[in-house]
Amino acid sequence: MSDIIYTGRPVKFNNKVKMVEPPPGVEGEGFFVTKLSEVVGLGRKNSLWPLPFATSCCGIEFMATMASHYDLARFGSERVGFSPRQCDLLMVMGTIAKKMGPVLRQVYLQMAEPRWVMAVGACASSGGIFDTYSVLQGIDQVIPVDVYVPGCPPRPEAILDGFMKIQEVVGNESIRRRNGEQYQALLSEYGIQ
Amino acid sequence: MDMGLTNEIVKAKLTEKFGDALLNWEEPYGMLTFEAPSDLNLKVMQYLHDDGELGFTFLTDLTGIHYPDNKGSEIGVVYHLHNLAANVRIRMKVFTDINTPDIYTATSLFPGANWMERETFDFYGINFVGHPDLRRILNVDEMDYFPMRKEFPLEDQSRSDKDDEMFGRGGSYN
Repeated sequence: MSDIIYTGRPVKFNNKVKMVEPPPGVEGEGFFVTKLSEVVGLGRKNSLWPLPFATSCCGIEFMATMASHYDLARFGSERVGFSPRQCDLLMVMGTIAKKMGPVLRQVYLQMAEPRWVMAVGACASSGGIFDTYSVLQGIDQVIPVDVYVPGCPPRPEAILDGFMKIQEVVGNESIRRRNGEQYQALLSEYGIQ
Repeated sequence: MDMGLTNEIVKAKLTEKFGDALLNWEEPYGMLTFEAPSDLNLKVMQYLHDDGELGFTFLTDLTGIHYPDNKGSEIGVVYHLHNLAANVRIRMKVFTDINTPDIYTATSLFPGANWMERETFDFYGINFVGHPDLRRILNVDEMDYFPMRKEFPLEDQSRSDKDDEMFGRGGSYN
């Protein structure tokens, strides 16, 4: 960043911009060589579009996570989307009643690959205290989950920690994973083709 | 508008009309409560609704109850009626055998009973005879039992990952 200061303007350059580390590679004059999966992973993990599926108190914690104090935007997720077609990360926060199970599943199916799922809080992860006939005992009964965040409800720090775990998963994912047999087997376990 | 409607008047009028058919009169917390034969539920409610002095024109609530120890009258339906003008509330109960849980629907008298009866059917399996659309309303359509009946445990029976001993049941607690 240049040290030039335009004295005529009230706004100074922001010299606190943080950049992510480049992936390991070979650098020379005018070129940089690395693996495609590293670049794709870098791009994906730092621009995740979350889709909040908030049904109860975990959703309130997520609102705090989104807001200025905890500021989820620091992680490249400024754009919280409310259309499954455009989002990469389904964040399920709260109790999911059995009657809502098919709805959640449909939202998941509407998301385009690659897609990730985070179960926030005890209810989304396991049914939590609601060990009862009407509550889904964890969303992993209807859709595959990448990261579970414990807590009842988890604090915003815990949600951010879960989000960083998702970033780790996203950044390290092979670009061939979604075409692989293992992934297809996982989806077919849930009856998804 | 007569604001002087008391529990005594309601009880006297009902007794005059239906005689000994109405039983178990009580006034818990001042609310007149009685039991009617299950086949008289509509007749009693119609009278409460239509009589000028009684005027119970509003069905506040309708719900079910299960007493497994009352053999022959295990399943009950409780009606809460309200006279809006005099601000008087009463409670009527009817009971039926769990093997024949048939109760006449109140939907012709109170359209608002529709969803309440569906809910009561959903949770207790009470068959409201004549209901226009008696199907589950809150639980999943695939549910094959009535979860508020006492023989069914509260817990989700599909769950295999819970150690009962950690919850004070099963294992060494038996």
